[in-house]
Amino acid sequence: MSFESLLLMRHELVLLLAIVLLLIAEIGTNDSQKSIISPLAIILFALHTIVGFLPLQEGSLFGGMFNTTNIVATMKNILNLGVLIILLQSWKWLNSPENKVKVSEFYIVLFSTLLGMFYMISAGDFLMFYIGLEIATIPLAALAAFNRHENKSAEAGIKLLLSSALSSGILLYGISMIYGTTGSIYFAEISQSISGFQPIQVMAMIFFFSGMAFKISLVPFHLWTADVYEGAPISITSYLSVISKGAAAFIFMVILFTVFKIFTPVWQDMMTAIAILTMTIGNLFALRQNNLKRYLAFSSIAQAGFILLGIISGTATGMATVVYFILVYIFSNLSAFGVVSIISAYTGKDSISDLDGMYKTNPKLSLALTLALFSLAGIPPVAGFFGKFFLFTAAAEKDFYILVLIALLNTIVSLYYYLMPVKAMFINKSESPIAYFKTDKISQLGLAISIIGMVVIGFASPIYETILSFCFGI
Amino acid sequence: MDILSLFVVVPILTMIGILFTKDLKGARMVSAIGMGIQLLMSFNLLFQYIAERKAGNTAEMVFTKSYVWFQSFNIHYDIGVDGIAVAMIMLTSIVVFAGVFSSWMTKELPREFFISLILLSSGVFGFFISLDMFTMFLFYELAVIPMYLLIGLWGSGNKEYSAMKLTLMLMGGSALLILGLLGIYFHSAPDGGQLTFNIIEISKISIPHDTQMFFFPFLFVGFGVLGALFPFHTWSPDGHASAPTAVSMLHAGVLMKLGGYGCFRVAMFLLPDAAQEMGWLFLILTTVSVVYGAFGAIWQKDLKYINAYSSVSHCGLVIFALLMMNKTSMDGAILQMISHGLMTALFFALIGMIYGRTHTRNIFEMGGLMKVIPFISVVYVIAGLASLGLPGLSGFVAEMTIFVGSFQHADTFHRVCTILAASAIVVTAVYILRVVGILLFGPVKNPEFNHLQDATWFEKVSMITLVVSIVIIGFAPLWLSEIIRDSLTPIVERLALAGN
Repeated sequence: MSFESLLLMRHELVLLLAIVLLLIAEIGTNDSQKSIISPLAIILFALHTIVGFLPLQEGSLFGGMFNTTNIVATMKNILNLGVLIILLQSWKWLNSPENKVKVSEFYIVLFSTLLGMFYMISAGDFLMFYIGLEIATIPLAALAAFNRHENKSAEAGIKLLLSSALSSGILLYGISMIYGTTGSIYFAEISQSISGFQPIQVMAMIFFFSGMAFKISLVPFHLWTADVYEGAPISITSYLSVISKGAAAFIFMVILFTVFKIFTPVWQDMMTAIAILTMTIGNLFALRQNNLKRYLAFSSIAQAGFILLGIISGTATGMATVVYFILVYIFSNLSAFGVVSIISAYTGKDSISDLDGMYKTNPKLSLALTLALFSLAGIPPVAGFFGKFFLFTAAAEKDFYILVLIALLNTIVSLYYYLMPVKAMFINKSESPIAYFKTDKISQLGLAISIIGMVVIGFASPIYETILSFCFGI
Repeated sequence: MDILSLFVVVPILTMIGILFTKDLKGARMVSAIGMGIQLLMSFNLLFQYIAERKAGNTAEMVFTKSYVWFQSFNIHYDIGVDGIAVAMIMLTSIVVFAGVFSSWMTKELPREFFISLILLSSGVFGFFISLDMFTMFLFYELAVIPMYLLIGLWGSGNKEYSAMKLTLMLMGGSALLILGLLGIYFHSAPDGGQLTFNIIEISKISIPHDTQMFFFPFLFVGFGVLGALFPFHTWSPDGHASAPTAVSMLHAGVLMKLGGYGCFRVAMFLLPDAAQEMGWLFLILTTVSVVYGAFGAIWQKDLKYINAYSSVSHCGLVIFALLMMNKTSMDGAILQMISHGLMTALFFALIGMIYGRTHTRNIFEMGGLMKVIPFISVVYVIAGLASLGLPGLSGFVAEMTIFVGSFQHADTFHRVCTILAASAIVVTAVYILRVVGILLFGPVKNPEFNHLQDATWFEKVSMITLVVSIVIIGFAPLWLSEIIRDSLTPIVERLALAGN
């Protein structure tokens, strides 16, 4: 192993460098100089994002523990873009007086979880996968409890920690069975030594499946989601709902496609049931929510159900549609969260009924939220339409027509609740609508990037084609 | 820029133009200019199309262009028109043009109103020029979704309920469509070639029989929801009653035609075996639509509800005629789409004008309007006569052709359906004449109505555009019928082949 081959870990190394620089900056500044931390962090991260797009070689490190492939690198770039948007969107909240003293913690901890996710999705064996998963999860609990004086936030932190611990336990149990029967933790070796339907290996797969279902918050493993999303600060909620979910869904798919490919019929059956449950229950619960964060939490559960439609096909097209949908979903959901976080940061309001009559006072924000919700609902011309249509195509290719039909019926249900805030903003009248306020430039930039992305990603077919060229099927 | 893409580009430019205006005056000016250009362009398209055919171009579609979009799914931006599409584009541009003038005095959020209206129309234009099912579907959804805001925000009465009901039902229809489209797509290359969404290419192959039988109902019902097929028509009366004038015009006049158009262009054309075998079921449903809509209209007191039920009846007749599957009846179906589009738009425009003056739509609260607002009243009578099928107006041409075509079937089932549907014409006469009698003649019931003003210039523009079109088609239907018939040939032949 030469020194140059370490460059395969370029994403991770650059991010680590950013974390270290931030630590140094934190130590080297006194309280009055803390205001440079935020710009520094954002600039460092923007540089990191740009570096990520430079061409990269494929290869593996540490005897196959760490893999870099084009699709993994693409996925990391997608996550980077998402995090960059989140950083811009959380600017206002982070620079409020009560958070000023802990700004650098926010960035350092946030970057650490991202680092964990990078290792997780690059993993070539279960050890690296598990380490990455834990690096990603534990700091997240700290972030969820970031408003530590608020009961709800503290509750969110502890809930996230406990439910992750439980799911990690289940996951590890599954992995231990795999190791026990095959004698290996390397993905490539395991997939070769699993030859038939040994009950214990099927059981291992089911445990692994359940553990991951916690992370992606699939029904019936979703119960922690709404409370954590509601309690955590909005930036963290958006991070949890897009970045963390996207990364987990991706590696989940990769492991199902490689390690457990022999059990494809089994996990396809499980996934059909879980997808139907997830979409339906997520949607039905979202119908009755008034708190915007809870509302988006249930909507994100339902969206996770749609992601399964791409995974279930087990084809390269399926993988491409999943990655593409994650990209679309990151941009759409971040646009929605962006507006919600701006409203919440400026007015402290966060329920749907507070949005009444908002179009008259804040037309641009209202339009942004409308577009974002349309994209989540899958309505053209925004990217959500393409994302969903392609997912359906991927599932239909393998004749999952019934599943597609149920998913389609679910889109109708989802349309109802996605239209609720639109109705509030445009149609409902209010005595005291949210007053006009001027948004700061940085938040505007964050919102603008996510909205432009949401419009462009759909129409720009090269994005999808590039992703597809990197993908593989079973 | 090719001649067809302009039909999507001009509305988009118009919308951008409206963004730069400040108030109602600017917005309506820009809209009128944009849609005026669109109207001229559609005349130009018509002449160019006729010239092209005269020059001996016998291709199924003319002015075709194809650009690759999503290569791996073989999704293209494929455009092209035949005579039917040209006729529908004409209809759309006439109705939108009239619609802009009908909304001349929109007070609340005028810029947003015109933008949504034109967004809707650009979806419709895009739908009619598309040959690729994916882009066609994209435009279809683009046309449907602005309805929510248009009704919810600028509507009247129980508007929030109606808007939500309409949106969810139409989107429900489009959900069924997606499944049908995917089903066709994955069976579009039975010999293992490249899958395609292109309608013309798929029409050259034959899809396995079982597949056709499975997916046909999804596609037909999916489009049928928008075409007000019984029992999926319930969004229509509420939706039309709550919508603002121009939106009712556009929706009943054009958007509902997307349903009928999709039914034959996609469902019946691509799945002819299933259409032949399952046609009877839908024929029964459409017969119910025709009769039920007509009877429904008799009992209503609200002008808009009357017209909405009458639309259910007339649009039912479109699908009815399509399902007869011979050239004459299908020709009649297309004529009926155009005729109904024009006259229902005229009706809704008139209702809007009457409501704007009297502030009521209940026919029993009005009376003797002929004395106070003669211009509007006379046009109302003309619209009514067109609707009940008086010779010399477009309705007669369309209905006559439909029933002549339908009677070509000699079997009892088709005969019975035809007789039932034809009897609805009598009922149509009843409800039209009833309304005309109560509304326009007799003494003026409310003394306040004596001071009503007759039509203003912009209202006249709207009315005259539509009346002239109705009369032209009524007196000279042959040129239109001719371009439609030529384009129907491939569809009818394919259906006939499947029938044998």
